[in-house]
Amino acid sequence: MKQVLEVKNLHVDIPLAAGVLHAVRDVSFSVERAQTFSLVGESGCGKSLTALAIMNLLPKRALRSAEALNFEGRDLSQARERKMSQIRGNKMSMIFQEPMTSLNPCYTIGNQLEEAVLRHKKVTRREARDRAVFLLDKVGITAAESRLKQYPHQLSGGLRQRMMIAMALMCGPSLIIADEPTTALDVTIQAQILALLASLQREFDTGLILITHDLGIVARVADRVAVMYCGQVVETGGITELFENPLHPYTQGLLRCIPIPGQTKSGEHLGSIPGLVPTPIGELTGCTFRNRCRYAFEDCAKQEIGLREISPGRTYRCLLSPEVCTQNAYTGTSS
Amino acid sequence: MNEHILRTRDIVKIYRVSAGAFKEKRLLKAVNGVSITLEKGGVLGLVGESGCGKSTVARLLLGLEPPTSGEVWLNSRSISLTRRREVARRIQPIFQDPYSSLNPRKSVGSIISLPLRVHKIGSAAERRRKVEDMMDVVGLARRLQHSFPNQLSGGQRQRVAVARALVMQPDIVICDEPTSALDVSVQAQILNLLIDLRNEFGLTYIVISHDLAVVEHLASRVAVMYLGRIVEEATTKEIFQSPRHPYTQALLTSVLTPEPRLGLPETHLGIAYPNPIDPPPGCTFHPRCPKATERCRTVTPEPVVEGGRLVECFYPESM
Repeated sequence: MKQVLEVKNLHVDIPLAAGVLHAVRDVSFSVERAQTFSLVGESGCGKSLTALAIMNLLPKRALRSAEALNFEGRDLSQARERKMSQIRGNKMSMIFQEPMTSLNPCYTIGNQLEEAVLRHKKVTRREARDRAVFLLDKVGITAAESRLKQYPHQLSGGLRQRMMIAMALMCGPSLIIADEPTTALDVTIQAQILALLASLQREFDTGLILITHDLGIVARVADRVAVMYCGQVVETGGITELFENPLHPYTQGLLRCIPIPGQTKSGEHLGSIPGLVPTPIGELTGCTFRNRCRYAFEDCAKQEIGLREISPGRTYRCLLSPEVCTQNAYTGTSS
Repeated sequence: MNEHILRTRDIVKIYRVSAGAFKEKRLLKAVNGVSITLEKGGVLGLVGESGCGKSTVARLLLGLEPPTSGEVWLNSRSISLTRRREVARRIQPIFQDPYSSLNPRKSVGSIISLPLRVHKIGSAAERRRKVEDMMDVVGLARRLQHSFPNQLSGGQRQRVAVARALVMQPDIVICDEPTSALDVSVQAQILNLLIDLRNEFGLTYIVISHDLAVVEHLASRVAVMYLGRIVEEATTKEIFQSPRHPYTQALLTSVLTPEPRLGLPETHLGIAYPNPIDPPPGCTFHPRCPKATERCRTVTPEPVVEGGRLVECFYPESM
């Protein structure tokens, strides 16, 4: 079975004083082994909550519902916490944005690397240590043996993130969820870390969910991508199709916002998306992007808009036909 | 020849940092001999990675801290001899994080009018009118005057920061990572605003950023910093079309543009970022440099100026 994760109709609702916040609505996707699937969107679009929902790490008051959360052929949508804690850190591991806050400053690197494997697998301390040294070496940390005795603060940001990657690989997971893994890093180091992540993921045949706000990273690293807006997936596809022929007006708008050296004219206006992201509280009808969309018409407010599939794995959530959307992508200039 | 509005020569800033309890303080050269010339109406981009000293340069230019040695001239007058207020009238900052650079207990109107009150400009009514004009200019609805920063979005907050910087009609605005805390769609709005304001008021900008795409979009000249030194400086076009320093080349290849067919770049850089307290001998970039030789490890390169471009490397790419 190549598929490791299948998410079907995932919803996350958070009851607030002002009403129910529909943070994640009707999100479906699947991830295969050795494949990088990217969830991309701006802050507050629900991409991180989607990841937390998969691992059942949502805040207590958040309500999760899903038609199915199939992980390695087993449905986790009803799994109890005990079951989940056997899977998390073992078959499914996570890499967070800021390595300094997700590492414990009071324990040595060796200690933190070995913890998960000692807990989940029947191994001796010696074997756990050997595995840690092997993986530190894999992620390009020199003098791995002596590093095990160091504490997180003794490493630079780039090295810490390398260590986080080693930690995520300790138990040989079949899925890694990386939430903004390089946002806190410098640009040159970012490129190195992403290259490392991509090569290890292929080597260990692991599925990767890459959560980011940076379309540049998505384009260079991912195989498939889902663009999220206001809790919903608005467009999915393979990266070449999606970046070269974006269909949804939001995706098109986002791509026009990004300056590209040598292509966008410096000193001239970039495209921008007017207005603000709405907060999805209470009853929602119609397209949540319609107030910022320049192609919006009356029907956009009237009906629930489903994802339209134009070819396997290529979907978008808009009333306009794919031909019209494609045309918009070419004729649309900065507003 | 254009007018030089701001000039620095060999500014150095050394901090004494704690190396642990009971240990002697160690010296950190945050800025190690930086010379900048800024022409009126120009936009200088200052790029480099964290810890390279670009924000310290901003603080020195703003006169917030005196340089350890070297001099900053504002319109050919040394800012060490100019009164703080006079400097503040001419140079204003826009900081990175609009969440921490605005006082949460003051209303938007009061934040924007603070510089006017400090400089005792106009009556209360005139100040209010100026604030409203400024809010129109930066695209903030006037009704937000009485709101507090926590009621605003990130983009709106950054507009408040821009309005506050411009209300004194300064000549120079130093933008320190003006968009890195913002979402892409909002980043584009703020960049467009900065471009418009520059054209409208004839401002001179220094744009500090780690994002080369942002710098390329705004700047006319770019200076690349590494460990407290400017290692390459040239016009934006020259830097982007024919980078000479290996570090500049690595920075440029690391820019991840949304072009899926390009894949991940290979930077050919070592992973060991040096400790600025204990910089390597010779060229400070040599531990990461793919071209480094014995000479780089022992001899410190001098800046070389050729055809209006500066580069500090023994083996620069030919022009």
